[in-house]
Amino acid sequence: MTMFLRCVSAEFSKIFTTRLWWILAIVLFCYIGLLAGSLAALFAGIQTGVISPDAVNTGGGSTDLGDLPSLIYSFASSVGYVFPVLLGTLATTGEFRHQTLTPTFLATPRRGLVLGAKTVTLILVGAGFGVVALAASVGLGGGVLSAFGVDALLFDSETWLLVTRTLLAMGLWAAIGVGLGVLVPNQVASIVTVLAFTQFVEPLLRLAASFLEVTAKIGNFLPGAASDALVGSSFLNLANPSASLPLDWWQGGLVLLGYALVATVIGYAVSWKKDVT
Amino acid sequence: MPAGAVIEFHNISKRFGGVAAVHDLSFTVEPGRVTGFLGPNGAGKTTSLRILLGLVAASSGTATFDGVRYRDLPHPLKTVGAALEAASFHPGRSARSHLGVYAIAAGLPRTRVMEVLTQVGLAAHADQRVGGYSLGMRQRLGLAYALLGDPGVLVLDEPINGLDPEGIRWIRGFLRDMAAGGRTVLVSSHLLSEVAQSVDDVVIIARGELVHLGPLSSLDTDAAPQTIVDSPDREDLAATLTAAGISFSIGRTGLLASTGDPALLGHLAFEAGIELSVLHRQKAGLEDSFLALVGGGHSL
Repeated sequence: MTMFLRCVSAEFSKIFTTRLWWILAIVLFCYIGLLAGSLAALFAGIQTGVISPDAVNTGGGSTDLGDLPSLIYSFASSVGYVFPVLLGTLATTGEFRHQTLTPTFLATPRRGLVLGAKTVTLILVGAGFGVVALAASVGLGGGVLSAFGVDALLFDSETWLLVTRTLLAMGLWAAIGVGLGVLVPNQVASIVTVLAFTQFVEPLLRLAASFLEVTAKIGNFLPGAASDALVGSSFLNLANPSASLPLDWWQGGLVLLGYALVATVIGYAVSWKKDVT
Repeated sequence: MPAGAVIEFHNISKRFGGVAAVHDLSFTVEPGRVTGFLGPNGAGKTTSLRILLGLVAASSGTATFDGVRYRDLPHPLKTVGAALEAASFHPGRSARSHLGVYAIAAGLPRTRVMEVLTQVGLAAHADQRVGGYSLGMRQRLGLAYALLGDPGVLVLDEPINGLDPEGIRWIRGFLRDMAAGGRTVLVSSHLLSEVAQSVDDVVIIARGELVHLGPLSSLDTDAAPQTIVDSPDREDLAATLTAAGISFSIGRTGLLASTGDPALLGHLAFEAGIELSVLHRQKAGLEDSFLALVGGGHSL
C-alpha cells in the first residue's frame, strides 16, 4: 500500500513539474468562462425580455430553456470535458514519447501498480480541472445571470448536486484519457483521436441517433451522452428534446467508468506491459 | 558502503519477430571489479541489459542479481542503479524535478537529489530544464539517476558516448572508485579502447552470442606476430626475405614480415649487406584481438 501511495505521489509530481497542467487549466477557464458568460447573457436577456424573442432565430423550437442556471453551469463538463481527457492522454503518451517509461519502471517494476497510480492521480487532477471549469461556469455564468436579475440558484441543493457530479465526471474523463493513452500510445494519433471524436464524431453521432427512438437509446451510451446524464444537464439535450429519456445519473457515471476501465485494461495489454526498448 | 551483488545471465535468448537478437547468453559479473560488456553496435548489448533490468522480457532464460530477478527486488533503486543509452527525460522538467519524481517513487529522501547532482557535477544546472542540456550533461544526469539509491550494482549502457575528454577522464576514475568500494560495475561499449583503461574483465558478444569471456589481459594474445622492416634498397630486402622463406606484404611504412623475431631479420640483412631503415616488431593490440573476435569489425 505504501508503494502504491508513493507511486501516486510520484505521478502527481510528474504532472505538476511540467507546464502543461496550468496551460490547459488557463485555457479551460477562459473558454468555459467566455461561453458560460456570453450565453448566460443571451439566455437571461431573452428570459427577462431585455432581448426581444423576435430578434432571436429559435429555429422553430421552444424558447423554454428549462432550468437556465443548470444549463449554464453544465458547460463546465459538457464543453470542458475534453481538457481532462487531453491531460490524461498526454500524461500517458508523454511517457512513451519521452521514453520516461524506462526510469519509471526501473523505480517501480510493477507496471500495473504504476498504471493504477496514474489513473487515481488523473481522476483527482481531473476533478481539479472540474473545480477550474466550475469556477468559470458558476462564477462567471452565475454572475452574469444575477446581473440580469435571474436567480442563479447558488444556494439550491440541485445546483450543488450538479457541481458534485461535474467533479466526478471530469475525474472520470481524465481516467478515460489515461486509458486512451495506453490504447493509442502514439501521442499525435492519440490527440487527433481525442479532438476528432469529442469535437466532431460524437456530437454528430448523438444528433443522428436522436432521430429514432431505438438509436436514441443506444446513443445514450455514447460517452458524452453518459457524461451529460451523470451531470444532469447539457445544452446538447436542447437540440433533441424529442429524444428518449437519458440514463439516470448513476448509470451515466457507470458507463463512463466502464469506458475508462475497458480502455485502460486493453491498453495495458497492448502497450503498457510490452518491451520498453 | 553498499555491497555489490553477483549478476548472472542464465541462457538468455531474445527473438524480435523471427530475428534472434540475443542467443543463449550466459555469464556472471563479480562485485569489486569493473566488467566491460563489449560488442559492435547491434550485437545485442542493450537488449541484454534491458532484459537484466526487466524492461524487456526474455524469450527464454533468466537474469538475476544474487539470484533475484529485477522485478522481484524489494528495493530496486537501492540495489541496482542503471543508466541506459536512451535519453529518458521529459525536456520540460528540470534535473531536480526529474530526479525528484523517481526519488518519491522509490521512497528515497529528497536530499539524495542534490547529492547525486553534485556528485556528477550538475549541481549548478539543477533547475535548468533538461531540454537545454548538452549530450554530455544528459549522460551525467542519466548517471545521477543511477546513483540515486546509492546502489551496490551499477549497470551503465555506453556511458562514455558524448562525453568530452575531461568527462571521459572523470568517468574512468569514477568507475574505478565504484568497483574499489566493492560495487558490481557492468559497463557496455562498442569500443574497447574507450573502456580498456577502466575494466578488469571483459564479456564480448557479437551477433547476439558470447564470443569471449575473461580478464582484460586474456585479450592480450599475440597470435599472428609481425615485424615491420624496410630498407633504402627495398627490392634487395624483398628478395632476401623471399630467399629465406619469410612471407611478407608491402605496408605503408615498409615490409610487413610474418615473423615475431626482429633479430632474425636483422641478421639476414647484415649477411646480405643490406642497409636497414626500419626494424621493429608490430604487436597485435587489444583492439586487434577484439576486432578479430567480433568478426572483422566491419560494423564498427
